[in-house]
Amino acid sequence: MANVASTTASAGSELTARALREAVFAGLITLGLFVLFVGLKSDQNIRNELILTQRWGLLAIFVAVAMVGRFLIVVYVQPRFAKRKAAKAAAPDVVKKDTFFTRQWPKIAVVMLLLYPPVIVSFVGVQGSLKWVDNFGIQILIYVMLAWGLNIVVGLAGLLDLGYVAFYAVGAYSYALLSSYFGLSFWVLLPVAGLLAALWGIVLGFPVLRLRGDYLAIVTLAFGEIIRLVLINWTEVTKGTFGVSGIAKATLFGIKFDASKDGFAALFDLPLSSAYYKIFLFYLILALALLTAFVTIRLRRMPIGRAWEALREDEIACRSLGINTVTTKLTAFATGAMFGGFAGSFFAVRQGFVSPESFVFLESAVILAIVVLGGMGSLTGIAIAAVVMIGGTEILRELTFLKMIFGPAFTPELYRMLIFGLAMVTVMVWKPRGFVGSREPTAFLRQRRAVSGSFTKEGHG
Amino acid sequence: MAIGTEAMKKDPILKVERLSMRFGGLMAINDFSFEAERGEITALIGPNGAGKTTVFNCITGFYKPTMGMITLRQNSGDEFLLERLPDFEITKKAKVARTFQNIRMFSGLTVLENLLVAQHNKLMRASGYTILGLLGFPTYREASRESIELARHWLEKASLIERADDPAGDLPYGAQRRLEIARAMCTGPELLCLDEPAAGLNPRESLALNELLQEIRRDTGTSILLIEHDMSVVMEISDHVVVLEYGQKISDGTPDFVKNDPKVIAAYLGVEDEEVDEVIGEIEEIEGEHGGTRQ
Repeated sequence: MANVASTTASAGSELTARALREAVFAGLITLGLFVLFVGLKSDQNIRNELILTQRWGLLAIFVAVAMVGRFLIVVYVQPRFAKRKAAKAAAPDVVKKDTFFTRQWPKIAVVMLLLYPPVIVSFVGVQGSLKWVDNFGIQILIYVMLAWGLNIVVGLAGLLDLGYVAFYAVGAYSYALLSSYFGLSFWVLLPVAGLLAALWGIVLGFPVLRLRGDYLAIVTLAFGEIIRLVLINWTEVTKGTFGVSGIAKATLFGIKFDASKDGFAALFDLPLSSAYYKIFLFYLILALALLTAFVTIRLRRMPIGRAWEALREDEIACRSLGINTVTTKLTAFATGAMFGGFAGSFFAVRQGFVSPESFVFLESAVILAIVVLGGMGSLTGIAIAAVVMIGGTEILRELTFLKMIFGPAFTPELYRMLIFGLAMVTVMVWKPRGFVGSREPTAFLRQRRAVSGSFTKEGHG
Repeated sequence: MAIGTEAMKKDPILKVERLSMRFGGLMAINDFSFEAERGEITALIGPNGAGKTTVFNCITGFYKPTMGMITLRQNSGDEFLLERLPDFEITKKAKVARTFQNIRMFSGLTVLENLLVAQHNKLMRASGYTILGLLGFPTYREASRESIELARHWLEKASLIERADDPAGDLPYGAQRRLEIARAMCTGPELLCLDEPAAGLNPRESLALNELLQEIRRDTGTSILLIEHDMSVVMEISDHVVVLEYGQKISDGTPDFVKNDPKVIAAYLGVEDEEVDEVIGEIEEIEGEHGGTRQ
């Protein structure tokens, strides 16, 4: 016993000695590096003469930080990492227990989303809920839906589409134009917008059938830009860059959300507030997003969904099994585009205003980034990625305390893209296959086991 | 009576007539004709670069031949001109399935899913082209269960049942070869085209392959056309061997006949110096005959 204790003690003192040695080295290197950068500073005095300011205190802080940091890394951080690595190697196959939460969590998530508006209202009041329901809830759910729609094309069928926002635009303008020119209601135009977008999906699909990989991506990118340029330049119909404004609101079984006598507020004897309309819109987009998820889950278990995934894995093998790859690709484009169209018409009804500026390439890139970050093909991963990416950038607006640190001139929104990019790089380094990299099989004989991401392919066109 | 039995015996499922395939200046296949009998195993052999895989790609529609006619006669008597069909319809309508020389798996799909993808067309019809299935009609559920049963049947035959829920990319090489054959069988073919099924297999695995192929022929009556380099497979199981060299047929007959055909031996092993003159003489003779017929 005593022997063991003494060896561990000697090992400990050895470690400390090594750490001290390394700390001294780190300090010396820091001193050498910074003595001219930090220790001495050339400056101008009041007579415009060049003088040297000496900042030994600051230099000492630099050196001290390096030494202490190195010491702590050697003594605490490195042994801990080594221990964790050893523990991982010792127990390679830890079977994950299916807890109630892991099995039921999609249902739990849906229930939480259903309860979200009332909870928010009870915390911050009807007016205060506007920001949380609209900026966070609706905004995130629109992107969840868009990313789930794009997931069909990119994640399942493996067709890289950089112009997805075009279908979003088609849906938005379908509703905006048809409702302002013909006065049709949202509920009529929602399916129409979806069908029109699907039609454009097929129109895009035909010319790109023979293209793969980079070439496909470039053509879809161009398609997205064409749609946007048409919207800008076809001024007689779309009013160009001015956009279409005053788009009719959606109604709930014919009940309007306005100040009229038979409006929603008057009917239920509630104070007039736009928050009720937003809460209604929240449930609407939630329903649309869940429809997307439901259809995707169903389709994956159908021959067409399996054909999409097979197409992603190997197109030639698909053809050798009698699968018509032309119709398979076109249905993928059309189905993905249809959900983009639904989301677009919802976007128009929510904003009450659409202009080509909302449908720039950056939007396509963000949606694609969500799909890739979430893990291609995984609905859960994509939903998490949308919350992180969209919710994260929205929450930056709320971080006013950052102004206290970086000064009042600091506007966190301006750093959105920087942080966005940094987050993407971090996640891709940490999880190169996205948040959920594995794939759920669509059928099983004995046991449903997720397929590791290292086997699935990204598709090549 | 004798003529009748003769006619009964000659019932080719596949008839390739005067097939030629040109890639630019290269004549990969030149005026190649052969027949594959119904219910038999026909082997297509030849040295590397002889054009065997090109013949396969022409039959299965991956290439469109420059000239020639490929006729497939199904058991029902329906005839298909394969050179006119797009590749996926050759599997879908003419019921010709194929495997590839370098295995093409859906590696991210499980073994079972691979076999379900192969039943795509049947399931598409059962699901009312997705619409009825999306609405949850029972016809699709029934068809889906049947398709899993068919997959289970072929998994057992290919002795892959233990790995059914594993990703196909995780299987060892030999098992992937068997899976590819099982997958092709799930399309319900009348002619199965195998491109070097024994390549890279060890002797025990290639023995198991022999058994699998013979079982397929015996139990389902599927005719098999295979390209193979492994002579133990070719000589053991095939009923009929066609030898191809430089895009032309040099021999055609039973395995024993082909094995002893001097032209085949020359093509594979080369000839000894003293025999070269003899062979050149033979070739000149043949060319002379051709010239004569041409005139």
